[in-house]
Amino acid sequence: MKLTKRALMTGAAMALGLAATGPALAQDKTKVGFVYVGPVGDGGWTYEHDKGRQAVEEHFGDKVETVFVESVPEGPDSERVMTQMALDGADLIFTTSFGYMDPTINVAKKFPDVKFEHATGYKTADNVSVYSARFYEGRAVQGTIAGHMTESNVIGYIGSYPIPEVIRGINSAYIHAKKVNPDVQFKIVWAFTWFDPAKEADAAKVLIEQGADVILQHTDSTAPQAAAQEAGNVITFGQASDMAEYGPKPRVSSIIDNWAPYYIARTQAVMDGTWTSTNTWDGIGPGMVGIGEISDAVPAEVKAEALALKDALASGEYHAFTGPLKKQDGSDWLAEGETADDGTLAGMNFYVEGIEGDIPQ
Amino acid sequence: MLRLEKRRQPSRAFAWATPVLAVVATMIFGGLLFAALGKDPLVAIRTIFWDPLFGQHAFYYRPQLLVKGGPLILIAIGLSLGFRAGIWNIGAEGQYILGAICGAGVGLAFYPMEGWFIFPLMVIAGALGGLVWAMIPGLLKVKFGTNEILVSLMLVYVAEQLLASVSLGLLKNPQGFGFPGSRNLQQYDSAHNAELIAGTGMHWGVAAAFIAVIFAYILLTRHQLGYHIRLTGEAPRAARFAGVSPTRLVLFCLGISGACAGLAGMFEVSGPAGQVTIDFNTGYGFTAIIVAFLGRLHPVGILLAGLLMALTYIGGEIAQSGLGLPAAAIQMFQGMLLFFLLAVDVLTGYRLRLGGATKEGEAA
Amino acid sequence: MDLSAINPVLLIASLMVAATAVMIAAIGELIVERAGVLNLGVEGMMITGAICGFAVAVQTGSPTAGFIAAAAGGAALSMLFAFLTQFALANQVASGLALTLFGLGLSALLGQGYQGIKPPSTPRLDIPVLSDLPWVGRIVFGHDLMVYFGLALVAATWAFLKYARAGLVLRAVGENHDAAHALGYKVVRIRVLAIAFGGAMAGLGGAYISLVRVPQWTEGMTAGIGWIALALVVFASWKPWRVLLGAYLFGGVTVLQLNLQAAGIAIPVEYLSMSPYIITIVVLVIMSADKSRAPASLGRIFHATH
Repeated sequence: MKLTKRALMTGAAMALGLAATGPALAQDKTKVGFVYVGPVGDGGWTYEHDKGRQAVEEHFGDKVETVFVESVPEGPDSERVMTQMALDGADLIFTTSFGYMDPTINVAKKFPDVKFEHATGYKTADNVSVYSARFYEGRAVQGTIAGHMTESNVIGYIGSYPIPEVIRGINSAYIHAKKVNPDVQFKIVWAFTWFDPAKEADAAKVLIEQGADVILQHTDSTAPQAAAQEAGNVITFGQASDMAEYGPKPRVSSIIDNWAPYYIARTQAVMDGTWTSTNTWDGIGPGMVGIGEISDAVPAEVKAEALALKDALASGEYHAFTGPLKKQDGSDWLAEGETADDGTLAGMNFYVEGIEGDIPQ
Repeated sequence: MLRLEKRRQPSRAFAWATPVLAVVATMIFGGLLFAALGKDPLVAIRTIFWDPLFGQHAFYYRPQLLVKGGPLILIAIGLSLGFRAGIWNIGAEGQYILGAICGAGVGLAFYPMEGWFIFPLMVIAGALGGLVWAMIPGLLKVKFGTNEILVSLMLVYVAEQLLASVSLGLLKNPQGFGFPGSRNLQQYDSAHNAELIAGTGMHWGVAAAFIAVIFAYILLTRHQLGYHIRLTGEAPRAARFAGVSPTRLVLFCLGISGACAGLAGMFEVSGPAGQVTIDFNTGYGFTAIIVAFLGRLHPVGILLAGLLMALTYIGGEIAQSGLGLPAAAIQMFQGMLLFFLLAVDVLTGYRLRLGGATKEGEAA
Repeated sequence: MDLSAINPVLLIASLMVAATAVMIAAIGELIVERAGVLNLGVEGMMITGAICGFAVAVQTGSPTAGFIAAAAGGAALSMLFAFLTQFALANQVASGLALTLFGLGLSALLGQGYQGIKPPSTPRLDIPVLSDLPWVGRIVFGHDLMVYFGLALVAATWAFLKYARAGLVLRAVGENHDAAHALGYKVVRIRVLAIAFGGAMAGLGGAYISLVRVPQWTEGMTAGIGWIALALVVFASWKPWRVLLGAYLFGGVTVLQLNLQAAGIAIPVEYLSMSPYIITIVVLVIMSADKSRAPASLGRIFHATH
C-alpha cells in the first residue's frame, strides 16, 4: 500500500514537474526559489541569504527570476512552500535553515527534475545538495585578534544553542587566542535563542561586568555591539553581516556569510545543465566566509598576523584544528601535525583542553 | 448619534451575512494596502483567496487546507465548549506542546520496534499529555479559585522551555550529529501518522478534527451536558439551580480542550511535522482561539473559520513568492480580516439605531 | 567556578535596566485591567511603539521626540482594540490576539529601511559627585532617564489608584461596571482612556528596547516581552509596587542566570527560565486564598441597556 502510494505521488509530481519546467525553459528564464526561516530584515542570517539572492538577480539579469518566502516555520509549512515553488516552475530551490532538512528531502522526492540546495544539513539525494560554511576558520582569525587585544585576559563568548556549529566556533577561537596569549580565559554564556536582542544585550553586559574586554557572539543581532560600545573599552566582532556601523570600535572585524558566489555558481550549473548533487563545505578560500575589514583599533602587527593566518587558512596550508590538541577531559584528540577530519568536526560535541565549564545537555 | 440596541433574538440573517461582509471589507482595505505597496490589488486578492482553491495547482493546495486547518479546528472545537460556559483556557499552545512531547516520547520509547499497538498508545499519551497540562489550571480553579486564563497562559511558557529541554536532551536523535531535535517519526512506520488516502491531506488528525466537529455538534444540540454548558455561559445562576455542578463542568471543559489540543500536537508531530524540535510549536494554540471566535463558537462555524484561516496562510505564501509581497503585509492582512470579523459580529446581537429614534435600523 | 566574579552592584544596576521596558508596559496593562479590560495585544503595541519611536528618533535626531512618538503610536494602535471591544462589543481575548498579529505586521512594514541604523543615544544621568559614589552612585544615579521615568510611573500609578478620585472611579468601573454605570460614570469613556494609556505605555516600553536597551531596529525585536508584561500584571496581583518587584524578579532571573553561566556554573537554563512563570502561578494560588483577586469585571463585555 505504501509503495503504491509513493509511486503514485512520484508519478503525478513527475508529470507536473515536467509540465511546470516546460514553459520556464521555453522562456529561457531560470527560476530560483529561496525559503527563509526569518524575515529578510533580520540583519543577520536571513538578510545575508537574501543578499545572495539579490546577487544572483544582478549577475544574471533577465536570465533568471528569483522568488522567496520569508519567516517560514520549519516543518509542514516549509514543505508546502517548497512544493509550491516547485509547482510554480522553480528549477532550483535553496532552503536556508537546518530545520528544513527532512522537508527538503521529502519534496525533492516528489520533484526529481527540480534541484534542491539545503544549507547546513547533512542529508543529500540525487537532486539535493548540501552546503555550509566553515565559519570556524573565521573564528580562528577572531581568536588571534582577541588573544592579542585582551588586557584583562578574559574573553566573553555568547553562544546560541549548544550545537556542533557553535561549539566548533568556540574551540577554534579558543585555540588561537591561547596560542598568542597563554593566560587567556573564556567565559561562555548560552542564550538559548538565535535572536532575542534584549537577551543578547544582557548577556554581553553580564560578560563585560565579569571582566571580559572582548566579546565574541554567535547570535545574530547587533545588541552586543551596542552594549560593548556603551561600556567603553571593549572590542567585538560582527557576526553574519559586517556590522560596520559599529566600527572602528568596538567592532574591530567580522565574519561575513557570503553566499553570493555559491548561489551564482549553482544557478550557472543549472543553466548549463551541469548541476550534480554535491556536499560543499567552503571556508575563507572560496570566499564563502568573509573576514570584514580589520579596523585601525587593532595594532598593525596584530592585523598583519591575523591577515597572514587568514591567507594560510584560505590557501589550505594551515588547518584551524591542527594537533597537538587534547579534549577538555585531558584525553588525546589530535597528534602533532594531525588535522581534524570533517566527520568529527561536523558532530563536534566537546570542548578542547583549557576551556572551563560544561556544554549544557 | 449611533446607538446599539440589543435584539431580542440574535438575527439569523446577520449571523450568516456578517462574515461575508467582513471578508468583503478586508478585501477592500487589504487591496488598498497592497496597492500602497505597489502591487495590483485585484491580482493579490485573487492569489490569496482564489488560487489555492481553484487555481492551476489547486489539486495540491486543497489537501493542504486540511493539513493546515485540521489542528486549528481540532483545538478550537475543544476550546469552544469551555468558552461557551465562560471557562477560558487560553493555554492551548502549551497543551499542544505537551501532547506532542508525550506522543512522540511514547513512540520513540519503542523505537526501533514495529507493532500495531504503538500508534494507538501514542494517541492516548498525546491526549493525556494535553489533558494533564490543562488539569493544572482546572484543579487550581476548583480548589483555590485561581484564574484559569492566567494560569493556562503561564503554562505555555513553561511548556516552551520543556520543549527546548527535551529537544536538546531527552528526545534528541542519537544519530543526529548533535543537532537538536528528535528522530523523524515519518521514517518510523509504526509511529507515522500517514495520510489515510494518498494525496488528500487527510491524516488521522484531520479525521479527528471532523469527528470533533460532529461530536461537539451533537453534544451541544442533543445532550444534556451541552445544555448545561450553554446554560452556564448564558445564565450562571440559573444553571446552578438546574443542578449543574460548576466543579465538574470546569474540569470537563478544561480537560476536553486540553485533550483536543494534546491530540492535535501528537498528530502533528507524528505526521506533517515528523519530529520534536525547539521551534515545533508555530502558534496553532493561539490561532485556534481566534478561530473559535471567528466561528462564533459554533462547531460548523469553527470548521469554516479554520479552513478560512488556513486559506489565508496558504494564499499568503503564494502571494509572497508569486507577487513578492512581504510576509508582514500578509500578517497585517490577516489581522485586518480578524478585526473586521470581530467588529461586524455585533450586528448579529444588536441593531444600530440613530440617536433615540425608534425607527428600524439598517435591517433585521 | 568563580562566584566572586559576579559584582552585586553591577548586577543590580543592570537588572534595573533589564526590568524597565517590561515594567512600563506592565503598568499600562495594569491600568487597563483595573478598568476591567483584558488586552492581550501588549506585544503588538510594544513592537509598534518600538518602530515609531525608532523612526522618529532617527528622523529628528531627538530621543525625546522618539519616545513621544512611541507613546502616540502605541495609543493609536490600542484605539483599534478599544473600538472593537468597547463599541463593537467583540471578545477581548480574540481582539487582543488579533491586535498582536496586526501590530507585528504593521511594525515590520513601517520598519523597512530602518535596519542597520544607529539611533541617537539617550542621555544618561550624570551628576558629577553623586554618580561617582561607590555602590549607590552606580545604582541610584547612573541610569538613563527612562529608568527613573519607570520608577516615577510606578509611584504615580500607585498614588493615582489610592488617592485620586479618578483612580477610585477607574477601580469602580473595573469591579462592577453595571453599578458604576448606575452611579452615572461613563464606563465606556473611562475604559477607552485606560486602553489608550495602556497602549501609550506599551509603546514607551517598546521604544525603550529599540532606543536604549538594544539600540537598533529589527523585525520582531520585542521577542515576547509583551507577553511577560501580561504575566507580570498577574504576578503583581494588580498592585503597582508589586509590578516593580515582579519586574526586578523577572529581569533578575535572566540577568542572574547569565551571570551564573558566565561564572562557569553549570545550571539547567531551561528550568531556571521557566521559574518566574511557575512562581507567578504559585503567587496566583496564594492570592486567591486571601481574596485579593482580579478586578471582578475583568474581560467581561459591558453594554449599557439604558
